[in-house]
Amino acid sequence: MLPGLYVHVPFCDSKCPYCGFYSIPSKTPVAGWLKGLEKEIFHTKNRFERFDTLYLGGGTPSMLSDRDLERILSLIFDHYPLTPDAEITLEANPCQVTLAKADFIRSLGVNRINLGVQSFDDRVLKFLGRRHSSQRAEDAVRHLRSAGFQNIGLDLIYGFKAQPMKAWMTTLKKALSFEPEHLSCYQLTLEKGTVFKRRSQKNNSIILPEKTAAAHFLATSAFLENKGYVHYEVSNFALNKSLESRHNRKYWRHIPYLGLGPSAHSFDGKQRWWNVRSVREYCKALNENRLPVEGNETLTKEQLHLESLALGVRTRHGVDTTILPPASGNALFMLQRQGLLKIKRGHAIPTRRGYLMADHLPLWLSP
Amino acid sequence: MKQIRNFSIIAHIDHGKSTLADRMIQATGLVETRDFRDQLLDNMDIERERGITIKSQAITLPYVDREGREFALNLIDTPGHVDFSYEVSRALASCEGVLLLVDAAQGVEAQTMANLFAAMEHDLEIIPVINKIDLPSADVESVKEQIEMDLGLDSETAILCSAKEGTGVDDVLEAIVNRLPPPLGSEEDPLKALIFDAHYDPFRGTIVSCRIFSGHVRPGDTIRLMFNNATYRVEEVGIFHLSREPRKTLSAGEVGYIISGIKTVSDTRIGDTVTLADNPAPEPLPGFKEVKPVVFASIYPVASDEYRSLVEALEKYKLNDAALIFQKDSSAALGLGFRCGFLGLLHLEIVQERLEREFDQSLIMTAPTVQYRFELTNGDHITVDNPLYYPDPATISKAFEPFIRASIMIPERYMGAVMELCLERRGTNSKFHYPSPGRIEIQFDMPLAEVIYDFYDKLKTVTQGYGSFDYELLDYRESDLVKLDILLNGEKVDALCQIVHRDGARARALQACKRLKEEIPRHMFKIAIQGAIGGTIIARSTVNAFRKDVTAKCYGGDITRKRKLLEKQKKGKKRMKMVGSVTVPQSAFVAVLKSDNN
Ligand SMILES: Nc1nc2c(ncn2[C@@H]2O[C@H](COP(=O)(O)OP(=O)(O)O)[C@@H](O)[C@H]2O)c(=O)[nH]1
Ligand code: SF4
Ligand SMILES: [Mg+2]
Repeated sequence: MLPGLYVHVPFCDSKCPYCGFYSIPSKTPVAGWLKGLEKEIFHTKNRFERFDTLYLGGGTPSMLSDRDLERILSLIFDHYPLTPDAEITLEANPCQVTLAKADFIRSLGVNRINLGVQSFDDRVLKFLGRRHSSQRAEDAVRHLRSAGFQNIGLDLIYGFKAQPMKAWMTTLKKALSFEPEHLSCYQLTLEKGTVFKRRSQKNNSIILPEKTAAAHFLATSAFLENKGYVHYEVSNFALNKSLESRHNRKYWRHIPYLGLGPSAHSFDGKQRWWNVRSVREYCKALNENRLPVEGNETLTKEQLHLESLALGVRTRHGVDTTILPPASGNALFMLQRQGLLKIKRGHAIPTRRGYLMADHLPLWLSP
Repeated sequence: MKQIRNFSIIAHIDHGKSTLADRMIQATGLVETRDFRDQLLDNMDIERERGITIKSQAITLPYVDREGREFALNLIDTPGHVDFSYEVSRALASCEGVLLLVDAAQGVEAQTMANLFAAMEHDLEIIPVINKIDLPSADVESVKEQIEMDLGLDSETAILCSAKEGTGVDDVLEAIVNRLPPPLGSEEDPLKALIFDAHYDPFRGTIVSCRIFSGHVRPGDTIRLMFNNATYRVEEVGIFHLSREPRKTLSAGEVGYIISGIKTVSDTRIGDTVTLADNPAPEPLPGFKEVKPVVFASIYPVASDEYRSLVEALEKYKLNDAALIFQKDSSAALGLGFRCGFLGLLHLEIVQERLEREFDQSLIMTAPTVQYRFELTNGDHITVDNPLYYPDPATISKAFEPFIRASIMIPERYMGAVMELCLERRGTNSKFHYPSPGRIEIQFDMPLAEVIYDFYDKLKTVTQGYGSFDYELLDYRESDLVKLDILLNGEKVDALCQIVHRDGARARALQACKRLKEEIPRHMFKIAIQGAIGGTIIARSTVNAFRKDVTAKCYGGDITRKRKLLEKQKKGKKRMKMVGSVTVPQSAFVAVLKSDNN
């Protein structure tokens, strides 16, 4: 499979209290960042031959002006060969998705949208510190449909006290009414350095207790699979196999990817490297004609193997049983008996409950 | 011809032995200052980390005295903790004299006395040295008084020094050459060399450390180990400088090593006498007292297929630690392993740690216990040092446990706290002495079982580090004992059971359940932990099942982070043992004994 290309747009209107991604709540440095990106593209253009996915993530790529978006895409198209059928995704925030914006984005060649809806409940949206209303989110989906997008993914968040099961189901049903091709349902995680993390350390008021969170997870999976979605990764659902995110699959199957922009990670099959987590340092490095790389690691065979396990048990694709150590037979048997794994087509595939234990499964299966 | 002095430094722990040894090594110019590192003789990692001496170490210091005479001073550094008294007495057998080091601020402590008596037993010349005179809290006059009154030594002969600053170190060296007698023993007599230590070298076989009492030995000689008459050809002899230094001969009076390709580990016995095959000594040297272990525990390899490698490791380890005794053992929960006897708790910890570090073993050690005696209804008497073999209660007519006399020396102000601690540990028959104003020595008769685990730590806590502790075994006394079983999900885990006093059984059971709950990680099913006597459950706790362990997002940067976490967890898992369907961490087997707040 061909490598994927990722561009990190590190800007947001304001910082959401749960978000651990690198982004800054300001538009001022966009021009400098764009200049840096141009240089980074120039320096890395020969790194891989061809890509079959492009993902503009962030941050909030939709908040860039039409001119800047056009500039970025033409730079990429000029310097990196993409296959004609490439999956081109843009992450959008409902706030900026007007009909005109949707039309324009479509005209640039973007064929997949990931919309940061998070919830269709105004109270929940407020709790999450989001700047859009539920009405705005609904309108955004309609505009995207009108603009002709046939592959729309909605991002939703659940698993916190401010959203009991009933409220979550209402949001899910609302989401389904738009027949999205893709759904990402993330259980809220307390990321390092976030407002939620700090607040939670004080009074533990945010995250659901483990038992309830597990119940929400299982219910979500059952509900969506019943509606015809494939639960193909821990937090991801697709209407059918061909609508699974081609780009994200690369992360989970050790397929190379090149990441551009501050904090972006890259992987070439053996080596992984990552950019600095700061727009200023990113621009500074590129201005001095240096790559903005902060660190790298070369993976040993054992490390690649461990990652394959860890990533495999997070997807329906599963883990090729031929890579499992001979001594894992007992563990496989036990995990099947406990209903966490199934063996199919020579792969150990996590069940719905297996997904819930995905961080733990590799410990049983590794040598 | 160089003259020889063989000496050792004995002291209570922390009074400055290792530091004084460092200073003497520097003063004699054996090491360049720039190559110097502190606690030079404590070369095991574990000694450096814990800041204690565990093994005796020999080193030969070249010294020219004030009159220009040349000497070889053989220094043997010895451990200070009670558990290692055995090492001390072995070192003393190779010396003619000792430096008795006393901290100028702390004064005479329990171990100072114990060591002094050991030195007297060997008829050694004793030079009192008062160390740390640089400390503002140093009270030389009162320490002199203690030396006179408590130790019965002439305090006028005491040398004042600060090992830290180097003052008085020259006086110490002069005293060694002038006040200690030269070794006796003639070079003309048949070889008698006392093995006081040994260790295994994968390339060279067993390397024995010995003191030559008479005769001499050279490469090419054929030596005989007197206890089993095994013979070997000597490949190399030499002395210890900072590393081994080959010599042409080792002769009467000297301390050094012999390498003779001894590959059969069990041929070497600490305390044995080496002689020459063609001119043997008529009888061996007295050797050492057999040591009697007082604490017992079993060790098992974490992975059962590593049993063979544990056997080998133990044999090689034993060369270097003659005090450890072991024999085969097996447990339903843990498989094949060894029942080991130790001199004390610190000894036990050190053995476990050295086996893991130096021999790369991954071990499970069960909770330590003492040796109990039972009188059965049929008139038989049996000894039990493993709870597994606790007799059927219906057949027991009387049970006995070992008692010790604990001597605790403390500043007076801690008396209340220490009394309370001792009473809590079933102490009886208390006695008090006032060795000097402000200090008190408390003696208690106590069951050994009550001090083997954390008594010493507790004592240090309640006395803020000012308490010193020593004990001697008294006798066996009748006691009301029961066997406490621990069950995991209804299954008895033999390796977790304990023999306890009936009155304390419930508290112990509760404590064990609580500890295990903390130690055993959550599983995908609930784990019931129960403590039981006979069939009656007297304590319980539960480890809840865990239902969810998955992170929501896993993209670019998350992957490295996740892998690193897994690598760490995998390491931790290597130290776990499957007991039935429950994974129990290595540490849990000993933790059942740990009480609160440590
Ligand atoms: N102030 C002072 N401290 C000393 C002196 N000698 C040793 N020490 C300190 O006392 C502690 C114990 O010393 P060490 O040699 O390890 O004692 P050992 O347990 O008898 O081997 C260390 O922190 C030393 O630095 C001294 O003469 N003066
Ligand atoms: S969640 Fe999205 S919009 Fe909110 S701060 Fe993070 S990247 Fe920006
Ligand atoms: Mg020391």
